[in-house]
Amino acid sequence: MTWTRRHLITIEELSLSEIEQIHSTASAFKKILTRSVKKVPALRGKTIVNLFLEPSTRTRMAFDMAAKRLSADVIAFDAASSSTQKGETLRDTAENIQALNADMIVIRHAAAGSPLYLSKILDIPVINAGDGSHEHPTQGLLDTFTMKEHLGSLKGRKVAILGDILFSRVARSNIHALTKMGAAVTLVGPSTLVPHGFTDLGAQVSHDLKSALADADVVMLLRIQHERQGHRHFPSLGEYTSVFGLNKTRASWLNPQAIIMHPGPINRGVEIDSELADGPRSVILEQVTNGIAVRMAVLYLCAGHQPEHVIASTE
Amino acid sequence: MPALWIKNARVIDPASKRDSVGDLFVLDGKMVAKLSPADRKRARKIDAKGLVATPGLVDIHVHFREPGQTHKETIATGSRAAAAGGFTTVVCMPNTSPTADNAGTIQFIQDAVRRDAIVKVLPTGCITIGMKGETLAPIGSLKRAGVVAITDDGDCVQSNELMRRAIEYAKMFGLPVMDHCQDQSMTEGAVMNEGNMSIRLGLRGWPNAAEDLIVSRNVILSSYTGAHIHMQHISSAMSVDILRGAKAAGVRVTAEATPHHIALTDQSLATYDTNFKMNPPLRTEADRKAIIAGLRDGTLDCIATDHAPHTDYEKDKEFDYAPNGILGLETALAVVLEVLVRKNKFKLPYVIDLMTRRAANVLGLPAGTLAPGAAADICLFDPKEEWTYVSTAGQSKSSNSPWNGRTFKGRVKKTIVDGKVVFPLAAT
Repeated sequence: MTWTRRHLITIEELSLSEIEQIHSTASAFKKILTRSVKKVPALRGKTIVNLFLEPSTRTRMAFDMAAKRLSADVIAFDAASSSTQKGETLRDTAENIQALNADMIVIRHAAAGSPLYLSKILDIPVINAGDGSHEHPTQGLLDTFTMKEHLGSLKGRKVAILGDILFSRVARSNIHALTKMGAAVTLVGPSTLVPHGFTDLGAQVSHDLKSALADADVVMLLRIQHERQGHRHFPSLGEYTSVFGLNKTRASWLNPQAIIMHPGPINRGVEIDSELADGPRSVILEQVTNGIAVRMAVLYLCAGHQPEHVIASTE
Repeated sequence: MPALWIKNARVIDPASKRDSVGDLFVLDGKMVAKLSPADRKRARKIDAKGLVATPGLVDIHVHFREPGQTHKETIATGSRAAAAGGFTTVVCMPNTSPTADNAGTIQFIQDAVRRDAIVKVLPTGCITIGMKGETLAPIGSLKRAGVVAITDDGDCVQSNELMRRAIEYAKMFGLPVMDHCQDQSMTEGAVMNEGNMSIRLGLRGWPNAAEDLIVSRNVILSSYTGAHIHMQHISSAMSVDILRGAKAAGVRVTAEATPHHIALTDQSLATYDTNFKMNPPLRTEADRKAIIAGLRDGTLDCIATDHAPHTDYEKDKEFDYAPNGILGLETALAVVLEVLVRKNKFKLPYVIDLMTRRAANVLGLPAGTLAPGAAADICLFDPKEEWTYVSTAGQSKSSNSPWNGRTFKGRVKKTIVDGKVVFPLAAT
């Protein structure tokens, strides 16, 4: 098992072995998160630039935290006060960052394909922190990492992803990760947001909540993204909740041991009842914590380290 | 001007049903049946053994960007790209800056054409002021200024009522109306074909239905008014079917297909390469095949390139933000030979017809034949020569081509306009 990748652009292009290498590396890093000294010197002397050109709370903070736990220096690029507001192109911005001797770029961008574009321009590793509706690979990795912690192997497990699939990069990354890991993925939600074409990615498509949730081991809720979908995909948030919102009754259709996940931010009372989000089956905050360990693993590996050296670097 | 004697070419002139090896004669810029002994002696002779001689190619859909966007292309560079591609007559679209929605701008274009063009460049005018789809442009004045058609290419007229009045009004002047068929309410933010590929790439899709709706609308309006509507760059299989039915019913509609829509599909977008981004977008294999079938049975009237230059720095962007459009003139013949003649077994004379006489007929242009008396506009190409297209080495000012680096078979060797060799220029 040798890690050869410099960039992390999509899960679609990862092999099962690469996903497992990231997960095992993340497991090792997770152990140090509970120590009193939470820092290891693995990336000391390296500079990571967080190029976030679209709003983000969790992902940005988790990448920031992950880099700092690895002793890297982190520079946050603030889109609002930068030259992109003056019309500087992504290429120029990125080449300037590279010229400033950054060792790695983490990019979040509203336009699908921009991390791939950057990876072709730059000599330094590029990590995709979410590109439009395309992929959010570290989210897919941390979600499957969290599922494995609760369920063990995901082979043959049933995962329902519920909500706005069409505009969701989280859904796409999870579909790719889960199908590679042998899980059965069912996508469910309004027909306008869960088009049949997703079956091409290896998932099942359903518009019937009850059958989709029946015996599921995991239900992953996705935020209804007002900012992406315009206003024509369903009548109202109220109607969405009445047909597809997860409440106590509907949660009872799940496998009794099933976990409830959400990548955040949550619209309480829209896609999920507040009570369930905070309930014992919810692993929503574990996802956030695991997000640090998984991103540490990704930064560590893409910086050129090997998974088998991770134990040494946490000691 | 000395006479011209082209010897031993395979002469293909669909308009005069000619396909035979022989000679072509030119005197005073016109085709003639033969030369007098004295003219023969003085004539410039071109040995065209092994070459195909056809009427100069006709492209009824190009963007030459002048006035206002001359960093992308000019009438000088665009006409050189046309000549390099074997085209002798091109029709340029009015989405310039300012838009060609008034006689003054048309006059400006005509002056630039007289000054700078090496092929025949014919302007179109806008249907509506500023191509905004709100108020009719002064179509009568545009006609007097010399436009050969009106179109809001790129910005399809959304209002059915306005389109109805536009075609009725233009009909009075005998002007065809060319329409870019796109229901914009269905394509907000769309950057590629809607389908499995857009789902995979997470890009906003532009459904076939948005084209099919406007094609249907135009068929209905043309049928209702008797006015001629020409549908630009058809990309959808159902649109081909709608047009087939309309033509069978005798409706006055015509349509074109681009080389890229018959050669490529949305599968090419896997790497988000903006040189494959255009509007309408590349669609599926089923659509591609339907367009080829439409060309085969005459449902689609001609090939047109939609030559749309953009600079490298404009195209070098995130896929969502890059402008639509690709170059077409310098690769059109080679692509069409590959796709239609070699892969789909179209007869060469028929393909030449699609790029000459039939294209000219759509707009009633006096071009596309080598019959005696016609302007001596000629394309000479070697059907066997292999060559590699390097877009930065082309004649266009821009290099945004999906075919950069591709090796083709079939290469334009000489382009002649009114009896004068305009490509290659250095040889004259």
